[in-house]
Amino acid sequence: MSNPTLALELTDIHKSYGDLEVLKGVSLSAHTGDVISILGSSGSGKSTLLRCINLLENPSQGNIVIGGEPLALKPNKAGDLVAVSEQQLQAVRARLGFVFQQFNLWPHKTILQNIIEAPTQVLKLPKDQAIEKAQALLKKVGLADKQDAYPGNLSGGQQQRVAIARTLAMDPQVLLFDEPTSALDPELVNEVLAVMRELAQEGRTMLIVTHEMRFAREVSSQVVFLHQGQIEEMGPPEQVFDNPQSQRVRDFMSSHQ
Amino acid sequence: MSWEWSVIWEYLPRLWQGALLTLELVFFSGLIGIILAVPLALMRASHNWVLRALPFAYIFFFRGTPLLVQIFLIYYGAAQFDVIKDSALWPVLKEPYWCAIIAFSLNTAAYSAELIRGAIQAIPKGEIEVSQALGMSKATMIRRIILPRSFGIVFPAYSNELLLMLKGSALASTITLLDLTGMARTIIARTYTPLEMFFAAGMMYLIIAGVMIGCFRLLERRINRYQYYKLDPSQR
Repeated sequence: MSNPTLALELTDIHKSYGDLEVLKGVSLSAHTGDVISILGSSGSGKSTLLRCINLLENPSQGNIVIGGEPLALKPNKAGDLVAVSEQQLQAVRARLGFVFQQFNLWPHKTILQNIIEAPTQVLKLPKDQAIEKAQALLKKVGLADKQDAYPGNLSGGQQQRVAIARTLAMDPQVLLFDEPTSALDPELVNEVLAVMRELAQEGRTMLIVTHEMRFAREVSSQVVFLHQGQIEEMGPPEQVFDNPQSQRVRDFMSSHQ
Repeated sequence: MSWEWSVIWEYLPRLWQGALLTLELVFFSGLIGIILAVPLALMRASHNWVLRALPFAYIFFFRGTPLLVQIFLIYYGAAQFDVIKDSALWPVLKEPYWCAIIAFSLNTAAYSAELIRGAIQAIPKGEIEVSQALGMSKATMIRRIILPRSFGIVFPAYSNELLLMLKGSALASTITLLDLTGMARTIIARTYTPLEMFFAAGMMYLIIAGVMIGCFRLLERRINRYQYYKLDPSQR
């Protein structure tokens, strides 16, 4: 890409829970087409950082710009930042796809209903178009025959693939993955990673919090290593995995090979 | 002891009339009750403490006092105030029928609101978070996710509430209404056959309850069909 635009820009994100400061000023930007993996041991603030981007957690401080549009924030009584305008927040969230560790499919809706819900209700897409799109996405994640089933009928790996399809149905500009394979049995991890690998190859902009080192090395354009709420090291995967500058990252890599 | 079947047969049509009034009371009170209960439950489950506090006194009063006292307060109480007697409400409040409907509706609304509040709060947090993450507004989320999901959760407990109301409706007989119980008592005063009449009335309550339970079971399978859905073996 000759002139990549910034899809996402985070500046100086802080997050505290009372006296506990989980994020201590994280800045990060993603160009369109970047695949950024966020690594770090548990408690390093990876998931919190991801959840701060679409305000599922309210940061204590910082700036968030999505596709050139700054998200207007104001402090609430507790001292956390909340959106100035609910409308803007909803519009921004609709452009950020978020995939959860626990899939969070709505159990009372069929697979197809799960996928068309947000496109029809949020984007106001006509139902027949939404269904057509959902069926194409189900085919893409290899679950075309499951559209009338309910989430409870599917394995964890299948549910996560549906959750990814549900996210894609919104045509998001950036995809955020919060440990998408951590709740899965080991033999189900690969089917989800295969879908994600395909998305990366399509040139989608992705931020991935993960513990799958091999996958991260293979698909990432950038790797970010978080330690105690700060970026310890950031760079292309060859650098962070094979030649880390920080002793902390070196220790982590040697225990995760 | 003498037992006269003939008197039961003779008065069966009258008892049936009473049963119809009972059904009418339960149906309308249930309908008004659930319409009131949904917004009350949403207020009770709100994160805003003012909204949460507003229905508290109402719910506390109606769950904390006997239904009979509530019926008497509305039926005898309303007539004590000239303001009410002079107001447009009086044609309604002077009718025992409407007093019963009002008392039952307010009573069941209070219980149902708490049931629904519990169901709303039982929805796993992730299902709400994903609705937010997909860009839904609060109103869309309530209409499309929270209410349908909580109805599925609350339904078994709510059918219990309706059964309790069916039996509670017997109290309508204390304010001159000829519901199933009221009718039985009136017939007894005339025929001195308390055993036969209460037996017959009890049977009718049982039959009504049986039909209601059957309907609830069908509805439950429909509302919570996701729990019963099986993939056909070729798809697994």
